[in-house]
Amino acid sequence: MTIGIEIAYLIASVLFIIGIKYLGKTKDARRGNVISAVGMVIAIAATLFTLEVLTLLEIGIAILVGSAIGLYYAQKVAMTKIPEMVALFNGFGGLASFAVALSDYYFKRDTDLALLDAINLTSIIVSVLIGAVTFTGSMVAFLKLDGKVSGQPITFKGQHLLNLLLLIVFFAASVLVFLDPSQGYYILILVVISLVLGILTVIPIGGADMPVVISLLNSYSGMAACATGFILSNNVLIVAGSLVGASGIILTQIMCKAMNRSLVNVLLGGFGQTVAAGGADGPAVVVKEIGVEETAMLFDSASSVIVVPGYGMAVAQAQHVIRELMEQCEKRNINFRFAIHPVAGRMPGHMNVLLAEANISYDKLIEMDDINEDFSNTDLVFVVGANDVVNPAARTNPQSPIFGMPILNADKARTVIVSKRSMGKGYAGVENELFGYPNCLMLFGDAKQTITKVVSEMKDMA
Amino acid sequence: MSISALIVLIYVLVLASYLGFELISKVPPTLHTPLMSGSNAISGITIVGALIASNELGYSTLSKWLGLVALVLATINVVGGYVVTDRMLKMFKKK
Repeated sequence: MTIGIEIAYLIASVLFIIGIKYLGKTKDARRGNVISAVGMVIAIAATLFTLEVLTLLEIGIAILVGSAIGLYYAQKVAMTKIPEMVALFNGFGGLASFAVALSDYYFKRDTDLALLDAINLTSIIVSVLIGAVTFTGSMVAFLKLDGKVSGQPITFKGQHLLNLLLLIVFFAASVLVFLDPSQGYYILILVVISLVLGILTVIPIGGADMPVVISLLNSYSGMAACATGFILSNNVLIVAGSLVGASGIILTQIMCKAMNRSLVNVLLGGFGQTVAAGGADGPAVVVKEIGVEETAMLFDSASSVIVVPGYGMAVAQAQHVIRELMEQCEKRNINFRFAIHPVAGRMPGHMNVLLAEANISYDKLIEMDDINEDFSNTDLVFVVGANDVVNPAARTNPQSPIFGMPILNADKARTVIVSKRSMGKGYAGVENELFGYPNCLMLFGDAKQTITKVVSEMKDMA
Repeated sequence: MSISALIVLIYVLVLASYLGFELISKVPPTLHTPLMSGSNAISGITIVGALIASNELGYSTLSKWLGLVALVLATINVVGGYVVTDRMLKMFKKK
């Protein structure tokens, strides 16, 4: 019987790995997700076989409630809100893991204290720490993304000292747990400190850095599952947890590189405060405006167009009308592509999902490194709702806070049109030099409305 | 737990992490959002631990309640994670 369950767990682990392997190709990805889900069903079914029949009712109810909530949320959520959902789910994963760790601790304490050996206690403590930090950290990230808490970094004097102090107390309480595992209070101290640490680690991080934070918390939620696997000596938890942990770390690195920031620098927080001062003493940028008709004419006469989309495009819900613009251009045999910066959107790959939702073929979405050479041979670049990712100051101005960040070389194109609501600053609060360049024209107004007008102008021309 | 049993678990951890790094670095940036929501679902594997923890008879123990809470949350992750990932991947089309 038990050997059967072990084999089922092994099959589940293999299916998770194959599922992720299939995510390597866009056309196979959906199948990969199904394979991974089958692995999960097998792992759950095998575990159900080990359970007491008497407990199946309450377990059934819990699964039903969880499934209903999960299903409802997954079908309702808007694609712009996926970062919030991922943040929330990271938190749930963390909370579930440390609840299991606590449950196991109390179970062993009340049945057989000898089961709480050094290895087991260490696993429980690690699981509580990572799980609880993931939980509260993710909740703060969720509230920041959702706008319920200000995206501004929250810093105060002695913040790092307080964190250090809490870690010392955590360590001391861990020693107490080892000395007397029968005392449930010590574990509770660990829980409370970990929960507070989770909040303290995320509040100093600004809204612009949230893609890094949710990637990192994604990784933590995997590590928490992994730690729980050590408590239960369960290989499938360790394999699945490691895969998620590795995934989160890779995404974190990619995000940091795309913003030219080190992870330590992001975690210490406070980005955006020094920046505001640096931007103020720059010379005022003089810009040239362009109207809807002229914009339509420029599109009409171009032979190659690259669109640089940013989160502002999604906020204005302009992606669908951009697809219409694409259709107009393709009718005229204009080479029409999108340049996707790694931090476009609010989480890794977010922009691709938003454009895919608007029915734009994914082979039109080109990564930064693959398209940056092409800007200099492009007639027209259309920047919609993006700002910092096309600011040439990142290449040219060592004084700029975003200096060194890899950017899309939109300024190298023959003409650049920037669709913008007003002359506001980007997420980083930096003045954009591009707007003052001689080849740059500003198309002011709501992106959706102005582009709709451009499209109808183009239809009239045809 | 014996040291040798621990070593086996560490083997699994190290090899699975290495495999994870290899596979995930090949996932194209286009799919990074579905990758994250999909890994939300996979980290719902804690559901296995939650099931074991919920398996106690009677409602008097703290262990059981913690297990049931974990079970609801892990199920949300599993079901919500896979469904939303599928919803996204369905939209990626090539024309």
